[in-house]
Amino acid sequence: MAMSTENEHPVKAFGWAARDTTGHLSPFRFSRRATGEKDVTFKVLYCGICHSDLHNIKNEWGMTSYPVVPGHEIVGMVTEIGTKVRKFKVGDKVGVGCMVGSCRSCANCKEDLENYCPKMILTYGAKYYDGTITHGGYSDIMVSDEHFVIKIPDNLPLDGSAPLLCAGITVYSPLKYYRLDKAGMHLGVVGLGGLGHMAVKFAKAMGLKVTVISTSPNKKKEAMDHLGADAFLVSRNTEEMELAMGTMDGIIDTVSAVHALLPVISLLKTNGKLVMVGAPEKPLELLAFPLLMGRKMVGGSCIGGIKETQEMIDFAAKHNIVADIELIPMDYVNTAMERLSKADVKYRFVIDIVNSLKPS
Amino acid sequence: MAKSPDQEHPCKAFGWAARDKSGLLSPLCFSRRENGDEDVTIKILFCGVCHSDLHVAKNEWGFTNYPVVPGHEMVGTVMKVGSDVKKFKVGERVGVGVIVGSCKKCESCQQDLENYCPQTIFTYNSHYTDGTKTYGGYSDMIVVDERYVLRFPDNLPSEGGAPLLCAGITVYSPMKYYGMTEPGKHLGVAGLGGLGHVAVKMGKAFGLKVTVISSSPKKETEAIERLGADSFLVTSDPAKMKAALGTMDYIIDTVSAVHPLLPLLSLLKLNGKLVTVGLPDKPLELPIFPLVLGRKLVGGSDIGGMKETQEMLDFCAKHGITADVEVIRMDYINTAMERLAKSDVRYRFVIDVASSLSQ
Repeated sequence: MAMSTENEHPVKAFGWAARDTTGHLSPFRFSRRATGEKDVTFKVLYCGICHSDLHNIKNEWGMTSYPVVPGHEIVGMVTEIGTKVRKFKVGDKVGVGCMVGSCRSCANCKEDLENYCPKMILTYGAKYYDGTITHGGYSDIMVSDEHFVIKIPDNLPLDGSAPLLCAGITVYSPLKYYRLDKAGMHLGVVGLGGLGHMAVKFAKAMGLKVTVISTSPNKKKEAMDHLGADAFLVSRNTEEMELAMGTMDGIIDTVSAVHALLPVISLLKTNGKLVMVGAPEKPLELLAFPLLMGRKMVGGSCIGGIKETQEMIDFAAKHNIVADIELIPMDYVNTAMERLSKADVKYRFVIDIVNSLKPS
Repeated sequence: MAKSPDQEHPCKAFGWAARDKSGLLSPLCFSRRENGDEDVTIKILFCGVCHSDLHVAKNEWGFTNYPVVPGHEMVGTVMKVGSDVKKFKVGERVGVGVIVGSCKKCESCQQDLENYCPQTIFTYNSHYTDGTKTYGGYSDMIVVDERYVLRFPDNLPSEGGAPLLCAGITVYSPMKYYGMTEPGKHLGVAGLGGLGHVAVKMGKAFGLKVTVISSSPKKETEAIERLGADSFLVTSDPAKMKAALGTMDYIIDTVSAVHPLLPLLSLLKLNGKLVTVGLPDKPLELPIFPLVLGRKLVGGSDIGGMKETQEMLDFCAKHGITADVEVIRMDYINTAMERLAKSDVRYRFVIDVASSLSQ
């Protein structure tokens, strides 16, 4: 007989899970494995709410198996380490992002690209090496292989650094890979949510000129006064968009809804690069002429490897970059999910696990 | 009152033109400008038939200005040079490709990327700096600014070399720009026509493993035995396509009809690059998940600048790369266009203009 989630591992754990496609989250008892020789166990302090969590709990991508404890922007304090752990000690502030395992031997893993390993194990909703399902950070404790744990530098506030573990690396990685990280370049950022606002902050720290492209005119003041964007385009304003045609070296597109690519591609200079980090589930229309006539490209990117995630966190620490968050108690999470689906958050909810997650 | 084509300019010229969207070509008397200080007058010997000529003759892209004399893969001999011309002398063998003018001042022009200048003047169906229409190489002679004329290497034959002026540079440029030249890497070439067969030859010259991806199984023997491809993948064979998933570093997509991109994206490895050089007249569907999950990209490329076109010709001369051609007489052109529409050519028609174009 299969063990219940409470009994499959020796260490009791508590969190909130979704049990069906309504996505409604509620208290959930489960268990974590004992700290293995290469494992780091930590008490979860904060966990960011990523839009992927919402997609997952409602099974919008068709791959969810319930019950699911979401959360892959997890920050906490180490309580126990395995005998072979070298990089961390008890008391360290650490984080875990979207992955907790990979094959460690393929070409991608060897090049620090665990995120592209065909056997990569997601932090929640995936099958671990021992066959059990992984549970994420809307919970009190986490146990993770040392390799997938990130050190959080002392000067970063923990609550604001949680979203870096997914939103942060998701935009940092393509800025580097597609070489959109040179001072003086002009970067467009489509969509001003969790990903978008991080892209603005990182790009400004790299010395780029940044233009935000958004459907919401009411985000302009914040974008420019608070986030430091140099310009703001309302995508439905055809005149503004036309004036900006051919002005951008690159664009990070964070929008995961289906949307028109042509107006975005038109903003690029010759040799311009459009990078998709949001993933609409239906194909988008691509016109060949504008792509060819300007030698432009459309590329994608998906989080980043562990080495690069650590590099990103260290970069954020150096430049004092954290996410703009709304800290919420655990029992607000269902309301937060409703608001998130309407993009009603500036710009990431973070669950105050340490102060509000209590076993019922 | 607007002047007729044969009276616009002082030098009489003769060619074949399409006059409506039937695309049927027939003789046209027109005229060329006087040879200016920076110009070179060229007697046209051969002109390749590019698929773009067919698209424009039939107004498939919606911007044809009839009558149109197509042809942008021409080889000829210099008859006259202007007083400021430095690079060419009378009697030399030269080529003219897809562009005959640009602004010469913008960032693109200054970087030898005249093909990306916003004011590029195309060899045919464009307007020149004097406001008159440009006419292409299905004609007896042409007058071109020196900057847009290519020196034809001695050991490159005219018939086989003419198509390099469009087909050749169209695949060479993205192979260089997108870094598809690392020996040992695996290149896929989608579509085996004028562009595709040159891409195979260049890919082999760069030391790549080359797989042709095609919907026509009957092209396999040719692709492997004659063109030197290492393997051949039929897109309608699900087992073979599955076995080839995630095996290619890059793909040059030369197909000009609308076609699904997902199967091609699936053939790419992580960080793979799909470069499209064909110009379908309707939008393609771009699935985003494969791009995101595999950090893949889809890029475009459009011919090349003059400096790079010369570099490409020299590269082809060095490696003995020419197009595989079927030489035709001018009056065969309409039949050739019909056959081209059905991809019934191995792999480029080239018009023997000098021997067959007569009034």
